[in-house]
Order: sequence, then C-alpha cells, then structure tokens
Amino acid sequence: MDKINQGMRWQKMVAGSLCGLVLLILPSVIFKSQYFLYLSSLACIYMIVSCGLNITMGYAGQISLAQAGFLGIGAYTGALLGSTLGFWVTLPLGGLIAFVIGLGLGFPSLRVKTHFLAMVTIGFTVIVYLVLMNEQQWTGGPYGIFNIKKPSIGPFAFTSPAAYHIVVAVVTFILLFFAFWALNSPWGRAFKAIRENEGRAEMLGVSIRNYKLMAFAIGAGYAGVAGGLIGPLFGYIDPTMFALGFSFLFLLMVVVGGLGRFEGALLGAIIVAILPETLRFAEQYYPIIFALAAVLIMIFMPKGSVSFVDWVYKKLTGKEELQLTK
Amino acid sequence: MKVFETRGLKKSFQEFSALKGVDIHVNEGELFGLIGPNGSGKTTFFNCVTGTLKCSGGNVFFRGKDITNKGPDAIYKMGIGRTFQLIEMFPRMTVLDNMLLAIQESQGSMFGRLLTMNEDGNVKRALDLLGFLKISHLRDEYSKNLSYGQQKLLDFGMVLMTNPKLILLDEPTCGVEAEMRQELMNYIRDLNKQGHTIIVIEHNMDVVMNLCTRIAVLDAGEKIAEGTPEEIQNNAQVIEAYFGTEEDEEC
Repeated sequence: MDKINQGMRWQKMVAGSLCGLVLLILPSVIFKSQYFLYLSSLACIYMIVSCGLNITMGYAGQISLAQAGFLGIGAYTGALLGSTLGFWVTLPLGGLIAFVIGLGLGFPSLRVKTHFLAMVTIGFTVIVYLVLMNEQQWTGGPYGIFNIKKPSIGPFAFTSPAAYHIVVAVVTFILLFFAFWALNSPWGRAFKAIRENEGRAEMLGVSIRNYKLMAFAIGAGYAGVAGGLIGPLFGYIDPTMFALGFSFLFLLMVVVGGLGRFEGALLGAIIVAILPETLRFAEQYYPIIFALAAVLIMIFMPKGSVSFVDWVYKKLTGKEELQLTK
Repeated sequence: MKVFETRGLKKSFQEFSALKGVDIHVNEGELFGLIGPNGSGKTTFFNCVTGTLKCSGGNVFFRGKDITNKGPDAIYKMGIGRTFQLIEMFPRMTVLDNMLLAIQESQGSMFGRLLTMNEDGNVKRALDLLGFLKISHLRDEYSKNLSYGQQKLLDFGMVLMTNPKLILLDEPTCGVEAEMRQELMNYIRDLNKQGHTIIVIEHNMDVVMNLCTRIAVLDAGEKIAEGTPEEIQNNAQVIEAYFGTEEDEEC
C-alpha cells in the first residue's frame, strides 16, 4: 500500500512539474510579439523573486525589504563578470554571492523583528543602491552598464526574445521546483512553525537560528539569480532599477498574491508584472489605478488574490482550497 | 538511580524570587508529582528545567550531565519533552503537522531533512497516537479550530511523538472531560510502566494522589515537603499552605 502511495506521489510530482515547465515555456511558442515575450520573461523573473521572498516572509515570517538590493547584486555580478566568466557561471555565482550576503543579513533577524527588521533591510537596499551609484569606476555609476549580451551554448546563441525566454523559463522552473520541494519537506513545516510560534518551535528542537538564516539566505539567493537574468533581458542595467521602491513592489507581489501560499506568490508576480502594462492606456493616471487595484484586492481578498483561485477551485471540486504545498 | 536532579535551583524576576533554591531529584522510572498552591513556582520550575527561562542560580542535571541554561532546542533533543499549562500550539498548522513537527527535528541532520519526502513512518506514529487520543478525525483541521480539551490532548500527543526519556506534564488533565481524564491517567501509568520517567504538575489532587509514587510540594518558591502521597496528605505544613491556618480563616 505504502509503495503504491509513494509511486502515485512521484507520478503526481513528475506530472505537475512537466505541466509547470510547459506553462513557463509556452509563451516562447505562442507569442510572436517581442513585447509579450519581454513581459513573459519579466513575469518569470518576478516570480523567482517573489517565490524567494515568500519563503523568507510568507513562510518563515521574517519581513524583508532587501530584495531590490539582492537583485542588484545578482545583476551587477552578471554584468561585470559575464564577459570573462560567461553567463552560465555568473548566474549561479550572483545567486551564491547574494545567498552568502543574505546569511549575513539574516543575523539581525535573530535579534529584531517586524518593523525594526524592515528598517534594517531598508538600510541594506539603500547601501547597495548608493554603492552602485557612487562606485563609478566599477559600476558605471548612474550611467550603468550597457551591451549586456544574451547567453549562448556552443554555437547556439539565445539572442532572440523567444529563445531567451526559454532560458528564463527553465531557470525559473528549476528554482520554483526547489522551493516547492523545500516547502514540502520538513523545512517548510519548520519555517511555518517559526512564523506561528517561535518560542514553542524552539522547544520542539527547531533551531531558530539556522532556519531563520536559511530562510533569509534562500530569499536573497533567489533575488540574486533573478538579477542575473535581468541584465541580458534589458541589455543594460543601472542603479535605479534596484532602488528601494522595487523592494516594496516585491513585497506587494507576495501580499497581493497570498502570503504564505506557494501559488499565491507566483500569482502576485504575474499580476504585478502584467497589470501596469495593461493600464498603459490610462497614461499618467496608471499608477493611481494600479495602486487602487492593489488596495481593492486587499480589501476584498485579504488573504490575497489566490483566494479567488480557491473560490473557483471550491466551485469546481467542492474542496476547501487549492494548496500546492503542505 | 537519579535520572534528573536540581540543586539549589533559583529564579528571580527583578526583586521577586519565584524559586528560592529548590532541590529535587527524580529516579529512573519514577512517576513524580509536583504540587503547590497557585503562584508557588511549579511552572517556573518546568520553564527553568527546559531552558525556556534562564536560571538565576543552582544547577539542573539530566542523566548525570549538567544541562543548566542550555537552549530549549538542545534540551528537547536530549530527551526531555513537556506539555503546557497554557496551550502553546501552531494555530495555522494542521493537527497532523503539529504532531510531525514534534518529531522531525530529532531525526537526522538539517540538510538531510531537506531531502526528506517520505515521512510515512512518522505519519503512522502520529495517526496511532491521535487515534488513541480519539482526535484522529481532526488530523487535517487547523489546531486553532480545536476546543480547549482537544488542544490539551494534541499537546499530550506531541510530547509522546519523540518517546522522550523524561516527560514533564503541566496539568495534563485540566479541561479534559472526566472519561478521557481517566484514560489519560491510565495512559500515563502505562507510559511509566514502559520505563518513562515522568514529572506531573497537577491541581487535581485525586489525579496526583492516585498517579504518583512520590510527591514534592512547592510553596512561594520553596520546597516545603517531599514524600509518598500518604505522607504529603498528612503533612501539617502542606495542609497549611493549601488551606491556610485557623488564624487566617478568622481574618
């Protein structure tokens, strides 16, 4: 019986993963417009950041406004070292550097909480921004770095938007799969336990220090990898792309999507990536409509827009909510 | 053989002394009772022993090792489990997840746990325990939706998940219906017969007198008596601590 259950579990996981991979790559096949392909790639990159932030904040309960800073670290690692080491080395390297710095930044989370922790992480993003802006000899300062090339494997270059989207989609898939795996392992339960009742979790043997640091570092590493994908997408980077405002945008994705819900963070990323573009007709009024839409979502769906998906799911299947992770 | 011992255990909160040098020892396989009026320091004693509160003085020994002021996670992994007077749950986690959390950190390394997908063994143990406690039908319910009595049972179930060597029970039968109380008492006795050493804090005198082989009494942070249930029942100092003196009554 156990073997059958386990077999079914693996079958479900493989089938779900394949569906996810196909969905992520699909825009490369169906979209011909460069604009839609750019939007799809941007949504994937946002998904990586918000998925990581959801682990830090939604699951482990540690607020972080440092994601824009980590994104910048990943992007500049790729842009500065890409020509010598190549994209395939600098992409994980950017993630690794952000991961290690994230471990360091995780230490304050062992001492301070909530808005005090938010202040620490805001400080971090501002410091990264100032370094990128002022260390002109390394970073190009306010002018940024131009001519960032798209990657290639041997003779095959992913230069077209459709080809580059495949690269972004596959990287997104790998990172989402790892997050899904981790959140379904005992780690996910430990993260949630820290969010729910830190003191009690510690009394059940949960090492608060280790898990909090890992939650912080994973979120940072994810943003670092996402940063490495941004440079080749735009072809250039400058410090304003990693300013504090973007940290709030990532926070918005997780909250609007559904804090602590794997699928919620992904939905939030898609909404935040696409909504401003669909509101371009409103010209100068679009930020107002965008902000209003976010406020309305939070008023009518306090658990995030994923609760709308739950509602549809309940209508169709009669089950309470669609939950991809435990 | 002593499995657990405190020597001169002290705990102060600024000016107030909650524990004033408590000496207690519990032998292997013993079912030991800790009683005392409200505010006598019983739960503070548990909190100090399990690392939740830092001791202000004295020492705690477990199986010959000094565990004074070690972290709660380390003490739990050494094999001391406890339940709580005021329930401490993970409200937005299911009953089954609460049970599984109680055991997962005692198994393997942190990175080993990341690779763990198959928890069938733990799930089976959790369901067996929930079945015994008659709350297995609530396995997928968020623990915040459980009644007080059900949460108490879940708390009890969680402490049993790891099969700890020393079990500290803080008012285990409080808020539990009479029939289940009797079953819980039987289960505590069975656990004890299986070789578990147990310390019980309890307000219900029937429970503690029927259950325990040896009892210590705390009053205002001091141990005022220790002995068999009969000795404790006839101890004048204990009677005074619980019921006051005749002069108090006249006042």
